[in-house]
Amino acid sequence: MAKMMYRDAVLKTIAAEMERDSNVVVLGEDIVGGMGTAGGPEAIGGIWSTSTGLYDKFGPSRVIDTPISESTIIGSAAGLALSGKRPIAELMFADFIGVSLDQIWNQIAKFRYMFGGKTRCPAVIRMAYGAGFNAAAQHSQSVHSLLTSMPGLKVVTPSTPADVKGLLAHAIRDDDPVIFLEHKALYGTTGEVPDEDYTVPFGHARLARAGQDVTIVTLGLMTGFCEGVADTLAGEGIGCDVIDLRTTSPLDEEAILDSVEVTGRLVVVDESPPRCSIATDIAALVAQKAFASLKAPPALVTAPHTPIPFARELESAYLPSADKIEAAVRKTLDWR
Amino acid sequence: MQLSREALVRAYRQMKVIRAFEERLHDEIMTGEIAGFTHLYAGQEAVAVGVCEHLDSEDKIVSTHRGHGHCIAKGCDVHAMMKEIWGSKEGLCKGKGGSMHIADVDQGMLGANGIVGAGAPIAVGAALAAKIDGKSKVAIAFSGDGACNQGTTFEAMNFAVVTQAPAIFLFENNHYSEHTGVDYAVGTNEDIASRAEAFGMKVWRGDGCDFFSVHETMREVLEHVRAGNGPAAVEFDTERYYGHFEGDPQRYRGEGELDRIREERDCLKAFRKSVTEAKLLEGADLDKVEQEVMALIDDAVAAARAAERSTAADVLTDVYISY
Repeated sequence: MAKMMYRDAVLKTIAAEMERDSNVVVLGEDIVGGMGTAGGPEAIGGIWSTSTGLYDKFGPSRVIDTPISESTIIGSAAGLALSGKRPIAELMFADFIGVSLDQIWNQIAKFRYMFGGKTRCPAVIRMAYGAGFNAAAQHSQSVHSLLTSMPGLKVVTPSTPADVKGLLAHAIRDDDPVIFLEHKALYGTTGEVPDEDYTVPFGHARLARAGQDVTIVTLGLMTGFCEGVADTLAGEGIGCDVIDLRTTSPLDEEAILDSVEVTGRLVVVDESPPRCSIATDIAALVAQKAFASLKAPPALVTAPHTPIPFARELESAYLPSADKIEAAVRKTLDWR
Repeated sequence: MQLSREALVRAYRQMKVIRAFEERLHDEIMTGEIAGFTHLYAGQEAVAVGVCEHLDSEDKIVSTHRGHGHCIAKGCDVHAMMKEIWGSKEGLCKGKGGSMHIADVDQGMLGANGIVGAGAPIAVGAALAAKIDGKSKVAIAFSGDGACNQGTTFEAMNFAVVTQAPAIFLFENNHYSEHTGVDYAVGTNEDIASRAEAFGMKVWRGDGCDFFSVHETMREVLEHVRAGNGPAAVEFDTERYYGHFEGDPQRYRGEGELDRIREERDCLKAFRKSVTEAKLLEGADLDKVEQEVMALIDDAVAAARAAERSTAADVLTDVYISY
């Protein structure tokens, strides 16, 4: 067990999987950085430092620095995956799915089904997502709700370095296409990571805090916010289950329903917009399958139905906060 | 390069299978028995066959919405294709894909594709895989004069040049993108190959209604690409005998245009004339092939009609390998 940063867990897991399987290749914009410049390859090493050194170690045929051509990055990953490789494509920002969505949604997600189950498309598409850097409306978004709605994709949202390692290793070894979402605000966070080789299976949520009174379902950056709120309330004798989903597709319905059956209260916390979202999805799930257990209406703490604003004050107001989460939890407790 | 008698017979057979397959579908669709959208390849057979006769199953192709010809030429089973178009569970894709999504990855056929221009990036990925494997294999993106206007095609051409991927961008210019003429929609005076050239690759042009022009052109293109010279592009001028889709009233056609192209631009007629005049094959040899092909198509349609239908439970399978 060693302390490791979230971003280092990404890089070390990719490197380990490339060592383990020569079919693993990576591609993306500036993942080498400095190609065609006086500084030369690895002058940058990837803007998130999640690919530093891979080019020197594995060479240009397995570490492919691409032009700014997102459709072709994802499309090439599709072609590589259909040809026996295990590509890991990086979209520098999750927001760039806009220019590559056809390849994600109409191609990669659907090959297996359209081709009658006779092919596999083991592509991993990594993307940095999330708000908190005043990067405004086109560089801050959370896209898991959108991508979770697409049959054929698996969607992964790790919140800790240990889960990055286990979930990314699983994603790379998985024979289905996987969207792997890395929160920008988590890259610099640190946590204990087991030394040994392991994978974390999809569809198994992590119980980050345990309590009897309220179920908080969350993911990604918001997990830490919710843990903080749970710790605060624990001091008052209020117990919260904090369920970190880990993957939104597949969804660990059992973990959510089992918890709500005990607590009778649900708060879903997510930084993506509220309509047709993972938050409404979970609220609907609980309403359908745990209605009799509910003691209060499900509460949703999400971003508003707006683009993401730039100014510090505006972005702070946009994002869910510990205060908003705590208020929502307390409100569910007002129902008796 | 002079082809053997066997190779000539095989090429004619493949072109005839495609023509008969499409003409039969045209008739069957009129009856309402076949569901969905169908885009017929008749008229362009010389391109698919002239290209794919050079390939083996480790060479990859990515096709289009007008994909039946590419599928047949690349080795997809005709009976399984017919069953797929009929929507049978026994179809090549279990009735889940239909006409626009026929694929057989084991044959190197990475799918027909309902999205115009989606294929070129996929072909570059397949070409990068071939480059990694180092066995001189290639990947070909079949595109039309419609797909040549998609940004994805431009991106893919640049990326292939940057990575020196063994990709071939093959443009079948049949003069119509859906219902719009190439004069209007392709800004470079109908010329697609020059665009590819501007991306930094060597390009070829050929007559897509002449099997021998396609076959010889592709021999040169493939020699260039298999030798590790990076990507290439080729444009074939060809003709679409039917509408964009079956049911298209084709009001955009000129007076007598369809009759003229069927008379003057028929790759099967041209092939027959060429090989019989050169005394490479007898007319009777080709007649025999045609009879065999018609029997094959009759049998495939009968088998498709009789094939097992899917059930509601089949909707839920084949989304994931594990979930």
